[in-house]
Amino acid sequence: MIYADNAATTRMSRTAIEAMLPYMSEYYGNPSSLYSFGQKAKEALEEAREKVAKCLNCNPWEITFPSGGSEADNQAILSAARSGEKKGKKHIISTAFEHHAVLHTLEKLEKEGFEVTLLDVHSTGIIDPEQVAEAIREDTCLVTIMYANNEIGTIQPIAEIGKICREKGVTFHTDAVQAAGHIKIDVQEQNIDMLSLSAHKFHGPKGIGVLYTRRGIVLHNLINGGAQERGKRAGTENIPAIVAMAAALTEACDHMEENAARMTALRDRLMEGLDKIPYGELNGSREHRLPGNVNYCFEGIEGESMLLLLDDKGICASSGSACTSGSLDPSHVLLAIGRPHEVAHGSLRLTIGEDSTEEDVDQIIQAVTDVVTYLRNMSPFWRDLVTGKRTHVFSE
Amino acid sequence: MALYSDKVMDHFRNPRNVGVIEEADGVGEAGNPVCGDIMKIYLKIDDDVISDVKFETFGCGSAIASSSMATELIKGKPVEEAAALTNKAVTEALDGLPIHKLHCSVLAEEAIKLALKDYYDKNGIPYDPEEFKGLVDCASCAENH
Repeated sequence: MIYADNAATTRMSRTAIEAMLPYMSEYYGNPSSLYSFGQKAKEALEEAREKVAKCLNCNPWEITFPSGGSEADNQAILSAARSGEKKGKKHIISTAFEHHAVLHTLEKLEKEGFEVTLLDVHSTGIIDPEQVAEAIREDTCLVTIMYANNEIGTIQPIAEIGKICREKGVTFHTDAVQAAGHIKIDVQEQNIDMLSLSAHKFHGPKGIGVLYTRRGIVLHNLINGGAQERGKRAGTENIPAIVAMAAALTEACDHMEENAARMTALRDRLMEGLDKIPYGELNGSREHRLPGNVNYCFEGIEGESMLLLLDDKGICASSGSACTSGSLDPSHVLLAIGRPHEVAHGSLRLTIGEDSTEEDVDQIIQAVTDVVTYLRNMSPFWRDLVTGKRTHVFSE
Repeated sequence: MALYSDKVMDHFRNPRNVGVIEEADGVGEAGNPVCGDIMKIYLKIDDDVISDVKFETFGCGSAIASSSMATELIKGKPVEEAAALTNKAVTEALDGLPIHKLHCSVLAEEAIKLALKDYYDKNGIPYDPEEFKGLVDCASCAENH
């Protein structure tokens, strides 16, 4: 099997698995318990917090552990909105191609009377910091812009956006789920006020994440109950997962440069191969994208059938077609960068990981080329494009 | 449980009757590229019997499987029987489809009906226009775009 869906989830690293094991068998105490056995778990929790803080360049007390990226996004946005509301500020700025954890939370707030401005992400999938500066109003309480897009991997100018928000006194949150562990994050240097990440995207376990909240920003609860996490996130801490996440993130940050260089070389090799398929095009900026992300649209075919045929060849990939999203519309990300519906249905995302090899990449190129050709040969839409009954969107 | 039944996967992996019939007696196309699926059916009709049928499909796994199964169900059958093919029959023959994929079987039924209408029109065969009402556009999709 060739796993090329690392943006969906990743294999847990040995280091992460080994780090968590003792906290399931030997040190299973509750960190809230007074006795030393419970305190052993508490120590592990605080040590993990320190490790995570070190990777993000923040203070340990600015870190809480939610169940993952979605919870972190929900809490950050709802929290900033509550704080804004108290000051009569009910305007939020975001982008059209955020993750649904962000977009659906913003829709909920819109129903409550908030006004949301979604910035255009252009065909490159990258916003211009100036757009943020222009969109900020007197009543803006939050800017929430993802660090790197989950479908097309484009990286936003986070430091510049952070600087603008800081100058204007607006809270800046970033969903860094796809970026964490893969590209450098420094919340101080980049003026980030709130940041979400999820462990299973960097070889940690599923069901655990991080919310960074800069000192001075009020964090409101999403989950009420006990006094865990300084009262900001109730529920007994998932110690094994937290410990494993900290180990995975530390490992990822320690090897970030070499991993990124290796994956970027593989990614470029993959893009070079897929560029040769006629009437296909890369989605999003070629330069400012995550080391492992490749995303193409191919004319005349549909994504789900591509995925099923690739699966038959042992390749795990993903698509933004309507049939894979379970709705009538293709991916909102592809529509946001201006892909027409008929082209967006033929999208393919391949996300390579630290384990990927050159042989994998070469096999993927061959398999995708074959599958695209096969499906086009049975597609009446493709026939219409070839015979000129319909017009091509892409060039050969 | 897998997304699709073994029957669907079989017809998806080994689609029957893929291709084009040059100078077909009837051609029908349903769906549109905006919705992400188009089915085109080519019929050869001899003595009121579907002597040959081919299809081309742009779409997901269940769209390809539905087209394949639909062509199998009408091949060698009298025209009248083919005209009575329902999406339900296609779905059942495939051992079911996920609920959000049922429209694929509807497209197969529509493409066949449109191919038959084309055959009737070309040959001046009278028919009840009511039978083909609302088939020309992918009505359910058009409303959403």
